[in-house]
Amino acid sequence: MGGPPTTGRLHGEGLTLAYDQRVIAAGLDVAVPDGSFTVIVGPNACGKSTLLRALARMLRPRAGHVLLDGHDLHTRPAKQVARTLGLLPQSSIAPDGITVADLVARGRYPHQGLLRQWSRDDERIVAESMAATGVAALADRFVDELSGGQRQRVWIAMAIAQRTPILLLDEPTTYLDIQHQIDVLDLCAELHEEQGRTLVAVLHDLNHAARYATHLIALREGRIVAEGAPGDIVTAALVEEVFGLRCQVIDDPETGTPLVVPAARRRTAV
Amino acid sequence: MSGTLRTARWGRYSLRWHPRALAVVAVCTVLALAVAVVAVGSGEYPLPPADVLRTIAGQGHPADAFVVNDVRLPRVVTGLLVGAALGTAGALFQSLTRNPLGSPDVLGFTQGAATGALAVIVLAGGSSLALAGGAALGGLLTGALIYALAWRQGVHGYRLVLIGIGVMAVLTGVNGYLLTRAQITEAGRAVLWLTGSLDGRGWDSALPLLAVLVALLPLALGGGRALRLLEMGDDAAAALGVRVERLRLTLLAAAVLLTAAAAAAAGPVSFVALTAPQLARRLTRAPGANLLPSLCVGAALLVGADLLAQHAVTGRVLPVGVVTGLVGGAYLVWLLATERRAGRI
Ligand SMILES: Nc1ncnc2c1ncn2[C@@H]1O[C@H](COP(=O)(O)OP(=O)(O)OP(=O)(O)O)[C@@H](O)[C@H]1O
Ligand SMILES: [Mg+2]
Repeated sequence: MGGPPTTGRLHGEGLTLAYDQRVIAAGLDVAVPDGSFTVIVGPNACGKSTLLRALARMLRPRAGHVLLDGHDLHTRPAKQVARTLGLLPQSSIAPDGITVADLVARGRYPHQGLLRQWSRDDERIVAESMAATGVAALADRFVDELSGGQRQRVWIAMAIAQRTPILLLDEPTTYLDIQHQIDVLDLCAELHEEQGRTLVAVLHDLNHAARYATHLIALREGRIVAEGAPGDIVTAALVEEVFGLRCQVIDDPETGTPLVVPAARRRTAV
Repeated sequence: MSGTLRTARWGRYSLRWHPRALAVVAVCTVLALAVAVVAVGSGEYPLPPADVLRTIAGQGHPADAFVVNDVRLPRVVTGLLVGAALGTAGALFQSLTRNPLGSPDVLGFTQGAATGALAVIVLAGGSSLALAGGAALGGLLTGALIYALAWRQGVHGYRLVLIGIGVMAVLTGVNGYLLTRAQITEAGRAVLWLTGSLDGRGWDSALPLLAVLVALLPLALGGGRALRLLEMGDDAAAALGVRVERLRLTLLAAAVLLTAAAAAAAGPVSFVALTAPQLARRLTRAPGANLLPSLCVGAALLVGADLLAQHAVTGRVLPVGVVTGLVGGAYLVWLLATERRAGRI
C-alpha cells in the first residue's frame, strides 16, 4: 500500500520474483521497519518463503532490487551480509552424525576465518544461544536423534548464534508444542525488545501474529493486501479476503490484540 | 562443551579440530608411507626398508639406485598420488551431491575417462602419453556434459546422480562398442587399462598428477569449511555467507580434474573414490566432507592394494584395480553390515 517504501535498513523495490517461468510476485515493494518485529502471514503457496528468500539473497529477483543499508544485496561480500542479515530457512538438512553443539557452532561461520576458527566470543555466544532456546542440555546429543521440536529449537539456536541485527525466520514455530511455540515467540520478542534487533517471521497462527507482531504484512498471491500494526489492520473482512475464511475478530483477553475466531461450520445450505 | 572438538588459541588467532580426524590423518599418512617403502623394497630384487630409505635419500648403493629411483619409486609414488586424488575427489563429490553414491565411478566421470582412453587406443593406436591425454579429456568432457545437463536453478544432488548414471550407461555402451572394434593386441591393452593398473608407471605418470594435486588441493581443502555448511542445504549455507553456486562450481571442477588426472595416470581404478571417503567418515566419526582424512585413506588404500596385487597370487601380478575392488568393496560391505547405529547411510 502507498508509494514505494524508503525507510528501513532492509527493503525491496519493484521485486519480481519467479522460479523458471512461474512468476510468484510482480512489482512488489516491501519494507521492513527498523527495530520492528514484522510478521508475514498468508495462505500456503502465496509466496511468503519466496519473499523471505529474496530478502535474504537466496533468490535473485527477476526485476527490482533488495537493498540493505542502501546497497543492492547481491553486490555486497557474502560474509559481510551474513554478519548483518540472518535467515532460518523453512527446512534445512542436519548433517549425518553432528552434535547439537557443533551444529549451533556453525552459526558463527560469518564471524570466523581460516586463522580465527573458534574465539572466546564464539564459545560464549554459542552457549548463550543454546541456553536461550532451551537446548543446552542436549549439547552432546546427535541432531538426527532428536524429536522434531527439539531439532527446530536447535536450528533456531544456530540462527541466533549468528548474532545478526536483522533476523529472518521462516515458520520458526512449526513442529513445536504450544508451550514451546510461545517460548520461541517470547524469545523473539525478547531479541526484539531488549536487544533492539529487527525480526521478520513467517507465522501461520494469526493470533500469535497479531499478539507478537509490531508490523504485520498480509500476503496473498504475491501481493501485499494490507500492512501495518495488527490492531489497525486485522479485521474479519481482511481475514476473509486473504484466507477466504469467515470469522469474528474480538479482543484478546490477555493482551487486547485482535483475536481471530473462525466461524462455526455452516449448518444451513449445503 | 562440544566435547568432540579441540581448540587452541593464541591471542586473536584460534584453530579448532576434530582429534579423531587428526589421528586418522596421522595414522593413515604413516601407514601409506610405510607401505610405500615396503612396496619399493619388494620384488624380484628385495631390499630391506633401511636400504630403500638410504637409496631414496641418495646415499644407497649405486646398484640399487636404478631399481629404486627409476623403476619402483615412480610406480609407488603414482599409486600414492592416484589414491590421494581419488580419495579427495570422492569426498568432494559425495559431499556436493549429499549422497554417498555420488562418487565419480557412479557419476560416469571414470567411464568418460575410459571412453577417451579407448578412443585413443582403438582409433589412433596412440602412445601412453596420448592415452593419458585422451583419458583426461574424456573425464573433463563428461564432467562438463553432466554439469550442463544437471544445471537448473543450481545443481541438485539427486539430479546430478541420476543424470550421471544415465550418462554412464551410454558411455558403457560406447566403450563396449570401441572394444569390439579393437584388434586383439589393442584389446588386451585396453582391457588392462580399463581395470586400472600401475604397471610400468614412470615419473612421466607421477609428475603431471603431482602438479594437478599441488594446484588443486589448497583450493579443495580451503573450500572444506564452506563445504560443510553446504551439507545443511543451499539456503542455510547462503544465509551463513557461503557463495553457494560459485563454491559448488569450483569444487566440482576441482573434483573432475582430480579424477581425470588420476585416470590418466593409472586408468579407472575402481572403487577408491567411493570407498575411501566412506571409510574415512567411519574412522573419524566426524561430520562434514572429511577431505584430508579421505585423501590419506585413499593413498593408503591404493598403495596397500597395489602391494597386495603384486604378491597375493604368486607368479602373477594383478592389476591394482582388481584388488581395490575386492578389498575396498568387501571392507565397506563389512563395515556397513556391522555398523551399530542403524538408519545411517
Ligand atoms: N524451488 C522452487 N521452484 C519452483 N517453484 C517453487 C519453488 N519454491 C516455491 N515454488 C512455488 O512458489 C509458490 C510460492 O511458494 P512459497 O514457498 O513462497 O509459499 P509459502 O507462502 O511460503 O507457502 P507455505 O505456507 O506453504 O510455506 C508456490 O506455488 C510454490 O509451488
Ligand atoms: Mg513457506
